[in-house]
Amino acid sequence: MKQIYLDNAATTRLDDEVLKAMIPYFNEKYANASSTHFMGQEAKSALEKSRKIIAKEIGAKNHEIIFTSGGTEANNLALKGLFFWNRENGTGKNHIITTRIEHDCVLNACKWLEKQGAEVTYLDVDAEGFVNPEELEKAITDRTIVVSVIHGNNEIGTIQDLEAIGKICRKKNVLFHTDACQSFTKTFLNVKKQNLDLVTLNAHKIHGPKGVGALYIREGIKITPLFHGGGHERKLRSGTENVSGIVGFAKAVEIAKKKNNERMTVLRDKIITGILGIPNTKLNGSRNKRLCNNVNISFNNIEGESIGGYLETFGICTSTGSACASHSLETSHVLKAIGLLPVQSNSTLRISISKYTTEEEINYLLEKLPKIVEKLRRMSPIK
Amino acid sequence: MTILYSKKVMQEFTHPRNMGEIKDADGIGKVGNPVCGDVMWLYIKVRKNTKGQEIIKDIKFKTFGCAAAIATSSMITQLAKGKTLKEAEKITRNDVADSLKGLPSIKMHCSNLSSDALKRAIEDYEKKKKSKKEIKLQMEYNPGLQKYEPRLSVKKKNKK
Repeated sequence: MKQIYLDNAATTRLDDEVLKAMIPYFNEKYANASSTHFMGQEAKSALEKSRKIIAKEIGAKNHEIIFTSGGTEANNLALKGLFFWNRENGTGKNHIITTRIEHDCVLNACKWLEKQGAEVTYLDVDAEGFVNPEELEKAITDRTIVVSVIHGNNEIGTIQDLEAIGKICRKKNVLFHTDACQSFTKTFLNVKKQNLDLVTLNAHKIHGPKGVGALYIREGIKITPLFHGGGHERKLRSGTENVSGIVGFAKAVEIAKKKNNERMTVLRDKIITGILGIPNTKLNGSRNKRLCNNVNISFNNIEGESIGGYLETFGICTSTGSACASHSLETSHVLKAIGLLPVQSNSTLRISISKYTTEEEINYLLEKLPKIVEKLRRMSPIK
Repeated sequence: MTILYSKKVMQEFTHPRNMGEIKDADGIGKVGNPVCGDVMWLYIKVRKNTKGQEIIKDIKFKTFGCAAAIATSSMITQLAKGKTLKEAEKITRNDVADSLKGLPSIKMHCSNLSSDALKRAIEDYEKKKKSKKEIKLQMEYNPGLQKYEPRLSVKKKNKK
């Protein structure tokens, strides 16, 4: 059977070059980067070289990058770290502003922080998934610590205007955090130009290894660490550094090319145009300010899971807009936030491509999909 | 997704039997709610067998839902076809799941509605049969004229 992977928003294939760069750090240069001997220093030097590559990519200083185990940890470290620092230092600030379309790791961290005494504002978004800057400005109070807004949305692909939000945060003197896991290397991201104070990054969405991420923290910003231990990463993230993973992360950043993004944009648009040719379909998210690898479509009157399940019989791997296929039966909070009814949410499919996606694969998808939709619609009592 | 489902479920999902509707169905069972994801409509045609028992002569489905919902719909039509109404009523959710070589536990509730749909279709048939009888009776009984004549307005109708 064919194997066509169109679920790159979930994770990506490791690049062979990344793998090649990582291997020596498993069985040759395997020392602990904190060790003072020459082998330790070899690992340390690889670690710092990697930090430099990632810092440069987003316009940061080297020491402003803190390596973590991934995006989830970096988001938790940012929000919990800020909240607890403010509490420990009696600043009287306890307010966090975020949106209704964040990744679960931000939303669930916020929900937990509410139990710890945080006040959280969840901003609504418009039908394309954009935050309203005026509404954001109004939500800021003198107790606000941070505004956290996802850069490229993992479900609907909408890219927020970070620069506009950053300006407001600077003006109101509150911190600005963004979760850039999906957007990193795919669209413009610069901590200076976009006034970013904290940025979450990860490796496995960009053909790097799983289990590695980073948090950019602007110089001078204080946070309380989640882990206590040997004081690694400027005492902000204790635990022996995952040197092989970090080397792989940096390699993935280094080889990410604009050309690949342009190619993906062309393929993405081909998928969108092709699918919208099927009657009664709707694109979710913004048409233009959109991640170059994301397509999210509601098919109406048929369930996304059955479309995905059918595609799978042809070897095509996609993802549903609802979580019906996974462990929970709740519909997507992102699709709900942009105003979709549960029945529309349930009819949604996410297709996410990568630099490895070929035109033949997309042609194959566009050949199979209309027939599947027609068959399932014939089966459906809902008209 | 296929990892969650048995081979049998995938086979019934991709090649469902008895899909469609029966225009002059004797009973229709509608279950589910699009909000939670699954809607199943089951149509039955009832005839008497040589022993005079009422049997499900034909059965068809229309389903909006996931792979499990479609597979269970296809399976119930195969389990019920040819059975007497009494036998058909006894088909349970577990019977359907067992015939599909198991369903993921999360799908047992939401997507395994087909046995309920069948019960509703049989209930619908019984109800229609009863009201048909009542109409027939009304046509036979005409005390005013003491004649066998059809009557449109019946005073003694609401006898529950």
